[in-house]
Amino acid sequence: MKNIIELDQVGMVYETGSGPVEALRDINLAVGEGEFISLVGPSGCGKSTLLRVVAGLRPMTSGSVIVGGVPVTKPIPKVGMVFQAAVLLKWRSILDNVLLPAELAGLNARDYRTRAHELLELVGLSDFSGKRPNELSGGMQQRVALCRALLLDPPLLLMDEPFGALDAMTRDDMNLELLRVWGETGGSEGRKTILFVTHSIPEAVFLSDRVVVMSPRPGRVAEVLDINLPRPRSVETRASAEFGKYSLDIYDLLTGRQSGESGSALQGLG
Amino acid sequence: MIKRKFFEWLPASLMFLGLLVLWQLAVSGLGLREYILPSPAAVAHALFSSEINWTGHIIVTGTAILGAFLIAAIGGIALGTLTAWSTVMGRALMPFLVFVNTLPKVAVAPLFLLWFGYGIFPNMLIGALIGFFPVVINTAVGLTQIDEDMLDLGRVFNAPKWKVFAKIRIPNAYPYILSALKVTATAAVVGAIVGEFVASQSGLGYVIITSQSSLNTPLAFGALVWISILGLALYGAVAVLSRVLAPWAEGQEN
Repeated sequence: MKNIIELDQVGMVYETGSGPVEALRDINLAVGEGEFISLVGPSGCGKSTLLRVVAGLRPMTSGSVIVGGVPVTKPIPKVGMVFQAAVLLKWRSILDNVLLPAELAGLNARDYRTRAHELLELVGLSDFSGKRPNELSGGMQQRVALCRALLLDPPLLLMDEPFGALDAMTRDDMNLELLRVWGETGGSEGRKTILFVTHSIPEAVFLSDRVVVMSPRPGRVAEVLDINLPRPRSVETRASAEFGKYSLDIYDLLTGRQSGESGSALQGLG
Repeated sequence: MIKRKFFEWLPASLMFLGLLVLWQLAVSGLGLREYILPSPAAVAHALFSSEINWTGHIIVTGTAILGAFLIAAIGGIALGTLTAWSTVMGRALMPFLVFVNTLPKVAVAPLFLLWFGYGIFPNMLIGALIGFFPVVINTAVGLTQIDEDMLDLGRVFNAPKWKVFAKIRIPNAYPYILSALKVTATAAVVGAIVGEFVASQSGLGYVIITSQSSLNTPLAFGALVWISILGLALYGAVAVLSRVLAPWAEGQEN
């Protein structure tokens, strides 16, 4: 498997009014093509910053970031981004929102209309293409944001807590939906690579091939866990013993709890 | 729909009619002299009286108001865009604009007369001076109050600055600009009338000043009515414009 992202000793310090703040330190991570990687960690562990460093939106201060074999020094157009808020343009129709990346990238939006319609159909929103964002629910808006990120068929998707603002039920639905869309929008080079930031341990376990657990101030990689749950994953996956075990392991890593203490809890889950 | 509109407007119409009746009763009941407070009937009479060339005065004042509004709108949007486009420009311009705004504009009116002579133009400038500041501020705010994530979206695609302005920042600023223009519409009326007070040979402000010295109060009231009609027309035009240009902002502001 070829690596699409290679982070080598990445560090980032930024200046604030009260002095420099170290946001990231010595981040090493290699992500293979088509992998689904989640970054979990408490607030302030720099996971969102790391995502933006990978996209070239924020400058690192040490180390190197290589995406698709090319060192990142400025924003790279090979990524699709989805944020916690859908950030749709409220004066545009849903279709025109999905088409925005084509316009911003200086392409002819007309050539992408068919693709935009296909994407909206993929997420079940074809009937809404003429509506305005405020006519859609939060979950629907986030689906539109996903379509927008996928429009130019980027090999890499960067998602920053995309479902963090949704209620629990919608969130679970969106997780399933994302995996389905991920499976169905392979393209010529196979599945897209996804870097996914989340606060939610179950979400990270459910979606990912690997989970990167980060610790705060400065943001560092505490541990990288392989999630060997079979795909395709379904609602039943969440009920499996392995799912519980992975979740608990991550919980232990994040809270610093000794795994010995978790023995009885694990038996209970089994 | 029409029925609902009727009931929406009913309270205001009744209130207005009630006040007119009360006014008429007060004048005739208390036996007030016409030069102190003319009755509504006397004002209505003056409104259509042929002793004065209303059309001429309305055109003069209307032109001054419209000119003031357009100068304030175009100048304000241009200055606001300039301050938002470049940080250096913003830093250079903003303190100066704030200073100009703190000046009592009415006090500058005689200077404008000195510089530009009698006529409509100095009156336009006074109105524009009173009305431009909110447009500058709201334009700058509307262009810069944007979700950082939204701007990242533009950065990812290396979109040129002008394109981010055209596609994201400017539409985002529409509701802000349009609500400032409503304030400007009112300010333009004030400025035009103030200018005519200071020195003029025509216009509704001129009518008020001359009718006051001849104690022809009904005429002054008539001029007031025409002024408020002009003001309402401009305000209404801006309201319609904002509904056409920024329908998504409906209900978002006042």
